[in-house]
Amino acid sequence: MTRVFVSRDMASVALGADDVAQAFADAGCEVVRTGSRGLFSIEPLVEVETAEGRIGYGPVGPGDVAAVLDGSHANRLGDVGALPFFAAQQRFTFARCGIVDPLSLTDYAAHGGWIGLDIARAAEPQAVVDAVKASGLRGRGGAGFPTGIKWQTVLDAPGGEKYIVCNADEGDSGTFADRMLMEGDPFCLIEGMAIAAHAVGASHGYVYIRSEYLFAAETMRQAIALSAGRVAPFALEVRLGAGAYVCGEETALLDSIEGKRGQVRAKPPLPALAGLFGKPTIINNVLSLAAVPFILSHGADAYAAVGFGRSRGTMPVQLAGNVKHGGLFEVGFGITLGELVNDVGGGTASGRPVRAVQVGGPLGAYFPPSMFDLPFDYEAFTQAGGLIGHAGITVFDDSVDMAHMARFAMLFCAVESCGKCTPCRIGSTRGVEIMDRIIEARPSPSSVRAELVEGQAGYLEKALYSRSPDRIDVSIDAQTALLRDLCDTMKYGSLCALGGFTPYPVLSALDHFPEDFGTPAPLPQAAE
Amino acid sequence: MREEEAKRLIGDWTARHGAGRDRLLPLLHAMQHEIGYVDDTLVPAIAAALNLSRADVHGVLTFYHDFRRKPAGRHVVKLCRAESCQARGSSAIEKAAAERLGVAMGETRRDGQVTLEAVYCLGLCAIGPNALVDGRPVARIDAAALDRIAAEVAA
Repeated sequence: MTRVFVSRDMASVALGADDVAQAFADAGCEVVRTGSRGLFSIEPLVEVETAEGRIGYGPVGPGDVAAVLDGSHANRLGDVGALPFFAAQQRFTFARCGIVDPLSLTDYAAHGGWIGLDIARAAEPQAVVDAVKASGLRGRGGAGFPTGIKWQTVLDAPGGEKYIVCNADEGDSGTFADRMLMEGDPFCLIEGMAIAAHAVGASHGYVYIRSEYLFAAETMRQAIALSAGRVAPFALEVRLGAGAYVCGEETALLDSIEGKRGQVRAKPPLPALAGLFGKPTIINNVLSLAAVPFILSHGADAYAAVGFGRSRGTMPVQLAGNVKHGGLFEVGFGITLGELVNDVGGGTASGRPVRAVQVGGPLGAYFPPSMFDLPFDYEAFTQAGGLIGHAGITVFDDSVDMAHMARFAMLFCAVESCGKCTPCRIGSTRGVEIMDRIIEARPSPSSVRAELVEGQAGYLEKALYSRSPDRIDVSIDAQTALLRDLCDTMKYGSLCALGGFTPYPVLSALDHFPEDFGTPAPLPQAAE
Repeated sequence: MREEEAKRLIGDWTARHGAGRDRLLPLLHAMQHEIGYVDDTLVPAIAAALNLSRADVHGVLTFYHDFRRKPAGRHVVKLCRAESCQARGSSAIEKAAAERLGVAMGETRRDGQVTLEAVYCLGLCAIGPNALVDGRPVARIDAAALDRIAAEVAA
């Protein structure tokens, strides 16, 4: 009987992988459902096991079974791992994703699983923390804080009960690495959490998964049940979010697990000292924890040998939006933005020129192609007025209206604000209004007036909530100055990154694309 | 579902899964799964079961976008409007979907057949515009896909 491999990843299923898998099963094949390899332009992908290894075909539909099985299908890809998109990667964390059956303990063990955990458990907790420190691993959720130092704080914290919490509330648009890993290699995350538990002396862990990730939550639940004996006495539990973006902020996430509104806590105290239920808590992103088994099994040096400056190891970069070859590309830090967008991603899917890319989700900056020589590195992006965040890159073609994207950034902040601090809660709503006035006043055909509900449009000419509503200057210059002032307040006055980072997309759009805000484009800078 | 049945559900659930404060979100998820929404009239019963104040339960119920306090339509279409889908033309698709399904974004159609909701990212960001149709992911939505979705929710 022929064995074929078809992805069960949510993205593959959205493209019709279930029907394809059923068609091969009906044709008498043994169908193994894997995670996704991570290149969505070839999904649904079918790999057929042959004497020469797995031969890939994609994209294929349910009607293509015969052509795939006799090898005559036009979309024959050969060895998928040898395709340029995959051959150029350094897959440390995603080595198994797309290849193994995610819920097969046999597959996991056969592909290097549990080695890291066995090494860790044979060592003293301090030695495990030292290895993570030596690897240079930094928080992959976006903040980039050294993971080993966080673990050291929890290890040194007094108190009996400690917790391991995995932040799988991956709400940033343009990111899907956490989801892919949980669906494609859940045991890897479980192993990373079990290593963390040994390192700091914790016995209970939580995986907080956003409710939009139906498949990931189900896969994790099954994987936790299957591996319970292997990681005992460490016990794990899945907690489902409920559609609040702000719960990706670590302290809001802890409150959400505790059964409260997902509101941000003021720091200090750090979660490492007083986290979940007031106990010392490691809270790390999926990708941080999933990098740990490799660090233990291959050695901290092998991980730290790759990278750029103070950004060590690999980053699973996600190419998204209007991009030809979108997907997951794990590579060492230091690759440039332009290489990722143009060489790996192949430019836009629409075939039009790239105008802007947003890096790091809804709180990340927009960059024009003139900045594509930026190396992928935490410090380099901070210096350029942006952030790596969770390493999602959303590509836009030249049809994008950057003033509308700036407005959306403010709107998103207004929708998702937890409401605890004023700059975020109220500033975001005022920000939408300012953007509406700028869009209305600029000399371009797009108008917001048509979209405003009757009675709502009044604020375009007046600041309805001001003490002197009629004295408002609605000129572009005045509103732009007001926008910068508001962004300053939000950036330095907000309690967490939601209000504090919303100015990044807004101001980067204004600075790099002033023509969309009714302001003349700056003259090209003279050569130095 | 009658109120007594809902209360029995709360009792059964807490007997099986515990009644600590941290059980509130899982209980609300379970109730929404069983009943479809969490009616305001059930807030006192939930509060009593978990030893919380009614204000506490109301606060949590209204904080999270997922929890419904009114029944949804027979079918629920959640359309993504985050940046990556916008980069692939979701704004136009959103307008077309509202027209094709005959319901405004965020509303339930008057005949109770379909609810159209916004969602901010499904993690399918390279193959948008995306939607969840009764929990099933659908990618690369265009006019033809909208026709299929409209036919599906007519049933």
